[in-house]
Parts: sequence; C-alpha cells; structure tokens
Amino acid sequence: MKTSPALALGALLLAAFVCAAAFAPAIAPYTATQQSLDNDLAGSSRAHWLGTDKLGRDVLSRVVYGARISLAVGFTTVALSIVIGFWIGALAGYFRGGVDQALMRLVDILMAFPGILLAIAFTAVLGPGLDHVVVALGLIGWTGYARLVRGEILSLREKEFVHAAAALGGSPLRVVVRHLLPNVLPALLVQATFGVAAAIIAEGSLSFLGLGAEPPTPSWGAMLNEGRQFILVAPHLTAYPGLAITITVLALNLAGDGLRDRLEKRGK
Amino acid sequence: MKRFLLHRILLLLPTLFGAVTLVFILIHAVPGDPVEAMLGETASSADKAALARELGLDQPVLTQYIRFLGDLAKGDLGRSLYNQGSVSALIATRIPATLELTLAAMAIALLIAFPLGILAARRRGSGADRFALLFSLFGLAVPNFWLGPLLMIAFSIQLGWLPVSGRGGAAHLLLPALTLGMAMAAILTRMIRSGLIETMHEDYIRTARAKGLDERRVWLKHALRNSLISVVTIVGLQFGALLAGSIVTESIFSWPGIGRLTLQAIQTRDYPLVQGCVLTIAFSYLAVNLATDIIYRIIDPRITYED
Repeated sequence: MKTSPALALGALLLAAFVCAAAFAPAIAPYTATQQSLDNDLAGSSRAHWLGTDKLGRDVLSRVVYGARISLAVGFTTVALSIVIGFWIGALAGYFRGGVDQALMRLVDILMAFPGILLAIAFTAVLGPGLDHVVVALGLIGWTGYARLVRGEILSLREKEFVHAAAALGGSPLRVVVRHLLPNVLPALLVQATFGVAAAIIAEGSLSFLGLGAEPPTPSWGAMLNEGRQFILVAPHLTAYPGLAITITVLALNLAGDGLRDRLEKRGK
Repeated sequence: MKRFLLHRILLLLPTLFGAVTLVFILIHAVPGDPVEAMLGETASSADKAALARELGLDQPVLTQYIRFLGDLAKGDLGRSLYNQGSVSALIATRIPATLELTLAAMAIALLIAFPLGILAARRRGSGADRFALLFSLFGLAVPNFWLGPLLMIAFSIQLGWLPVSGRGGAAHLLLPALTLGMAMAAILTRMIRSGLIETMHEDYIRTARAKGLDERRVWLKHALRNSLISVVTIVGLQFGALLAGSIVTESIFSWPGIGRLTLQAIQTRDYPLVQGCVLTIAFSYLAVNLATDIIYRIIDPRITYED
C-alpha cells in the first residue's frame, strides 16, 4: 500500500520535532534558561535568530527545548489515557451487562464536561505544574479510548477466534491481551495520534492560563502567556511559540488522517 | 415525541447527578486544608474557623454533600469568598456576555463553513477546494490562544481597525468571536464538503437530475438539506468546545463572561465560585446536547430512540 502524501508530510514534520526535542542541547544555540538582562526583548539578530524575551533568554532555544515539554506531555498523557481507557473499555465490552452499564455511565458523566473544562477544574484544585497537567489530562482523556475499545470488543468477541480461544481454556485476561488487543491496536493508534495533538493544545491552553508549566519551564503555552504582556513591543514572543504548536498539531493531524485512511482502505 | 422527550430527560438525570457529585468530590479534594488554601497561611485560626463554619466544612462530608445537593436543588450555589455576593447572581450577570460571544462564534463559523464547504464540493479538485482543505487543516491546528493574540496584533495594534479588548458593540465582538469560532468553522467546512460529495452520489440525486431539476435546486433542495443533519450534530457537539474555549478567549480579550469569571475564581481560590462556574458550563453543555437531539429528531423523523 502506497503511503499517502498527508501521512508522509505529517510523519516528516513530526520526526523533525521529535529530533529537535531529543537533540535540543545540540541544536539550540543557548540553554533554555540562560539570561542576558542587558539584551531583553530584542528582535532577531545573528546572535539570536528569533530574538530574546523579557529576561534576555534566546527565543529559538526556548522554542527548541519547548518541543521536549509539549511532546513529553502529549505522549505521556495519551499513554496514561490509553492504559485506563483500554482496560475500562475491555471490561465493559467483554463482560457486558451490569459492568458495561456502570462503566459507560461513568464515561457519560465525564463526557458531560466539555473538553478542557474538567482539566482546568483539576489543575485549579491540584495547583499549577506540568505533573498535575499530565495527571489531569490523563484522568479525563480516557473516555474516548474506552468507548472505542468497548465498541471494537463488543463486535470482536462474537468472532470465532475469540470463542475458540475461550473454549481452549484461555482466561478473560489472556483472551483480551493475546487476541483482542492486537485487533484493537490500529484503531487505537489512529485515535492516539489525534489525542496527542489535542493534549498538546490542552497543555498549551493550561500553561497559557497560568495553570500549567511554571517559570522558567520553556513550555510553548507559558511562553505565549509571558509574551502577552509585551504584545505591543515584542510581538515575536507571541509569534514563534504559537507557530511551533501549530506545526506540531498540524503534523499530528496529517499523520492521523493518513493513518485513518490507510486503516479504512485496509478494512474494505 | 412526548415519550422520546421523557426518555431522553430520564437518561440525562443520572449523568447530571454524577456530574454534580464529581464536582463536589473535586472541590473537596483540595490538597491540605481547603480553608487555608482559600484564606492563605497567615490567616488567624478564628477566621479559619469562621470560614469553615460558614462553608459547612466543620460538618461530616456526607452532611456537606446532602446540604450541597439541597442548596443546588433550590438554585443556590453558595456565596463567593472573594466579594461575598451570591454565586448564582454573579454567574447570572456574566451569562449574557458568554452567550453573545458563543452565538457570534457559531454564526461566524457557519458563515465561513457553508459557502466554503459548498464551493469546495461543487468544484472538487479546483483551487477553491484546495483552499477549503487547507483552511480546515490549519483552522484545526491553530490554537485559539495563539490566533487571538495574532488577530489582536494585526487588526487592533497594527491596523487600528478594531478595539483591543472589552465588551461593547459589534466591533468589540468580531475578533473574540472569530478566535473562538475558527476551529468550528474548520470542522464544519470539512463536514459540509465531504457530506455533500457523498450525498451527490446517492440515487435520489440522480432521480432529481433525471426529472430535469436545475443543478442549483438539486444542490440546495436535495443535497444540502440532507447534509444539514450531520451539521446540526456537529454544531451541538461543538457548542461544548465553544463554552470551554470561551475561558481562553475571554481571558485574551478581557471579555466579561463566565469563562473569565472562572479563571478569576481559580486565581483567587474562590472555590464556591469555581464550583458554580464549572457546574453552569457543564449544565449548559448537557442542555445543548439535549436540544441537539430534539432538533435532530425534528429534522429527520426517521431517527428513533427505541432502545
């Protein structure tokens, strides 16, 4: 099967950001926190390609290091959500009946809160900090995965290979892990790609509102929040971190679209 | 219809009850002493005891929960710690601003998405179609906390055409509504385009054309009407995203709505107000979902909810 241009472009852009995150110390000209107070809010120059912020820190270096924060939060959050969502969805789909009803009501309750609202409430209670952001986003982000896994398992569990595995004495745990999980994985992977993008935007929103990363952590959202105070004199502080988030999210959405198309074609 | 409404409302009750309970648990899960978190470490023990008594925090949790449910049933969301006013009254003063913003955002999204989606579907593969696809890709990727400041830099600071912030007439509303509505416009453009393309392959469209109907009528009367069903669903579902997104947008443009009130409540650790705001947004979201289901049923009578 040929790789679609969308998937290729998304994967390429994403690979660039992953490399930036992994090799940030080698790529960034300065560290993320190195200050130069006599050179604050400067525009672009040969020494500082994207200018400096209010403490004279190099914006390019902070954007490069920021990739670490965004990607780490995005992937960790989604990993946590998938682990919770998979098991809750698997329990509901495999055992059906009362277990299914109870778990799906729990999903309905969490889904009664629009998107980021519950994350804001969580971080308001727990206090700011990236670890709290990951916990908040992970604990509320699992519902979509649970619904997906439940739906897939409800249809898969009537298939012959599942009946055969159970008839051969396979425990429910073994049937779920050995036989159902591999079949659910492709759909999970597609949803996870969009999930990472959503988590990156959510972290950015929380940090922008002052509820996420704390100074001097170079989170893109926090950088945008700091840039707000200097929007008149230093618009570059707003431009670059936002561009980095947009390209990362665009890359993930393109990759997700490409993967979904691939999955749909394979299913036909 | 009556049976459907009753069934739908009955289904909503456990969710509402669960949402209320979750918010109660969340607010009571403040690490450490919630009274100290609200008043600060330097507060005297007499002040702390007085606040704990006022909030009922000196009572067992179950008593507090029952009292909370009783007050909520009467529409009483408690008193704000910061300005001592009633939380319900405070929220009520902010509702018109948030409603104005979200409805304007929705209107902008529809005004962008319908012409663009229809044009893209009618001229598939053309420049307009490619523009629509790019618009929906970027519209979804650009976060509102970046788009807002960018629009502000361009139209308020550089060009000086529109006010920087605050609530006033249509000029004040345009940038916040565009910021909030952009993601919805992107999703809807994509939905309308793909919905129309799919519908145009249906048999009844071929029949309509075979009857000799002119192309404009086929598109508007037959194809678009059927695509509206999915649009209504997306608009309904996206309303929640608009409400949540209003927290960020209102903070950028100093828009005096519930979103900004929520953030101020969080910053001042005014937990009764945080609780009230979160519940109000969640209730509005559920109410809009219910309304979406009802509209969905009205515009497509084939839909039944027998289970």
